[in-house]
Amino acid sequence: MAQQQTVLTATTDNYPQRKRMPRTRFPKQASEGSAAQTVQEDSAAEPQDAAPEAAKPQAPLSPDAEMLARAQAGDHHAFAHLYSLHKRRIYSLCLRMVGNVAEAEDLTQEAFLQLHRKIATFRGDSAFSTWLHRLSINVVLMHLRKKGLPLMSLDEAMEPSYDDGPGRSFGAPDLSLTGSIDRLALERAVAALPAGYRLIFVLHDVEGFEHNEIAAMLDCSVGNSKSQLHKARLKLRDALRQSLRKGGKR
Amino acid sequence: MTGKTMSCEEFQSQLAELVGSGADVLNHPHIRDCKNNCRQLYGDLQTIAQAAKQLFPDEQPEDNLWERIESAIKKGDG
Repeated sequence: MAQQQTVLTATTDNYPQRKRMPRTRFPKQASEGSAAQTVQEDSAAEPQDAAPEAAKPQAPLSPDAEMLARAQAGDHHAFAHLYSLHKRRIYSLCLRMVGNVAEAEDLTQEAFLQLHRKIATFRGDSAFSTWLHRLSINVVLMHLRKKGLPLMSLDEAMEPSYDDGPGRSFGAPDLSLTGSIDRLALERAVAALPAGYRLIFVLHDVEGFEHNEIAAMLDCSVGNSKSQLHKARLKLRDALRQSLRKGGKR
Repeated sequence: MTGKTMSCEEFQSQLAELVGSGADVLNHPHIRDCKNNCRQLYGDLQTIAQAAKQLFPDEQPEDNLWERIESAIKKGDG
């Protein structure tokens, strides 16, 4: 049976430019008056010329920024619009971090309820999407802690010694992943990772956070974050090679 | 210990730090001389890291999730 597969090629040239977040920058809600400020859809789209401040035309508030301002003022329809804009990204984040649909929906709900409670405090110091993203990550982390998952000591709990950990590779050259990775196989392998590994892998490799940011979020050392990520990738490699063997591909 | 005299085990035990610090691992003396799996291992790990970037969102929550949120907001949970 010809199974349709989405194949991720390994040549880096084929990969889209890394883009951590859809960066919709909202103006600071400070006293200078937000209505005259411009929203940039992407940092790459920010004006590169150095025109003097006074010479810049006062652009009207973009529809997204206007929607945010309305939601901050308590407009329910505007909040619903923000939900529809960001729900996929937040739900996907939650799903990848917890690996369970029902939990991911509950966490998405909690994230948007927190957003509703806190939206008035958003001051535009970062992109709104970044702010919401971090808020959502905190919701997930709090949930995992409540469940009693020790986020950064899972490693020791599950793998008493490094020798029992994900496969290192000392022998002669063996089955290689180089060339292609089946997207579904990778998704499955990520979902099957132990929670601590999955968390680090999603935050670093999928979401694009740096080790120092992850260390701050998870209250661990940078070295610990690097080590956990490495072990997560080793585990994924084992799983993907197993999947390749089952598929009879080389 | 230099990379040339480093064993595969020693090299691999340092790999997390090397990769995490952004070092040019392909030009590490051990990788250049290794007759075993180290180059392939490193290549595989990089392939996985690259492939992960394409795992960006394509999941959608259930349609009724907004109704749940709306209802919670009305109850005062939001």
